[in-house]
Amino acid sequence: MEVLKIEATDETPAVLLDPVNNVLEFSGKSLPEDVTTFYSPILEWLGAYSAEPRAKTTAHFKLVYFNTASSKLILDILFELEKIQESGTEILIKWYYEEEDEDMKEAGEEYSELIEVPFELAVLD
Amino acid sequence: MQEGNFMDLVYRMHREMVDNRILLVYEGEVNQDITKAFTTMTQRNLEEDVETSLPIKKRVYHVMVECLQNIGKHSDNLHSGEPEVPGSGIFLVSRSDAGFHVVTGNPIANTRKAEVAEMLDKVNGMNEEEIKAYYKQKIVESRISEKGGAGLGFIDIVKKTGNKIEYHFERINDATSFFIMKTLIS
Repeated sequence: MEVLKIEATDETPAVLLDPVNNVLEFSGKSLPEDVTTFYSPILEWLGAYSAEPRAKTTAHFKLVYFNTASSKLILDILFELEKIQESGTEILIKWYYEEEDEDMKEAGEEYSELIEVPFELAVLD
Repeated sequence: MQEGNFMDLVYRMHREMVDNRILLVYEGEVNQDITKAFTTMTQRNLEEDVETSLPIKKRVYHVMVECLQNIGKHSDNLHSGEPEVPGSGIFLVSRSDAGFHVVTGNPIANTRKAEVAEMLDKVNGMNEEEIKAYYKQKIVESRISEKGGAGLGFIDIVKKTGNKIEYHFERINDATSFFIMKTLIS
């Protein structure tokens, strides 16, 4: 599979989906006007990846801010990642938050309750 | 308007803004560039504020984005009440001893008033546990609309701030009303 790399802007996160180096990472902020257009290629990529994943996949979410429309698409991404373990391989979600950012921590906790996937919370450096 | 009156108006506006600790006020079209400019500006101003905690700063930013995108996506034409994208309205951020206030005002069709009021009354009537449960239910059920929203804005504002959203409709004409909403971040 090809690497999907999207540079961060002031309204969209940096995305790196690199199966060769086993890195799936989302970082920055997300408040695009049109969430569907931004997230569609990412969801398509994950759909293809979840059909033939590596033996162990870790996805890192290092988001500092996202709007409510993005929160729905992040859930869609997590649902795609959940499919990976249906193929019998390992998946781990690592959700990062700034130390004082209780809302981002809570967002991670809420997502972890909506999917059945190993989920770790970690403080962002 | 007469030149002297206008000069006086500017001074009065200045006094009002200082006296009411208004950090930002804008009237006009709200597009994505405006949303980004205002939120970035406020974020920078708040960074220097050592007395306000990080969660409060982020909630102010969060509520600002949701409110600005609401005006941009969900306003109707002032006269006809037909949907208008990007929408126009007034946007205001102020401070008081209670906290930060984000206030918006925009025209909406009278036919949509009941629906908006019902959504607000519903989330305003929920306690902390209920609003969390409702959010989790809605994020799973919701679909991104043609306008690009998830229908989670009001729910998220009440959930994050822990405060009720104050609102009011001011009749403009037979087709439209001016919808004003006020959020406190404390």
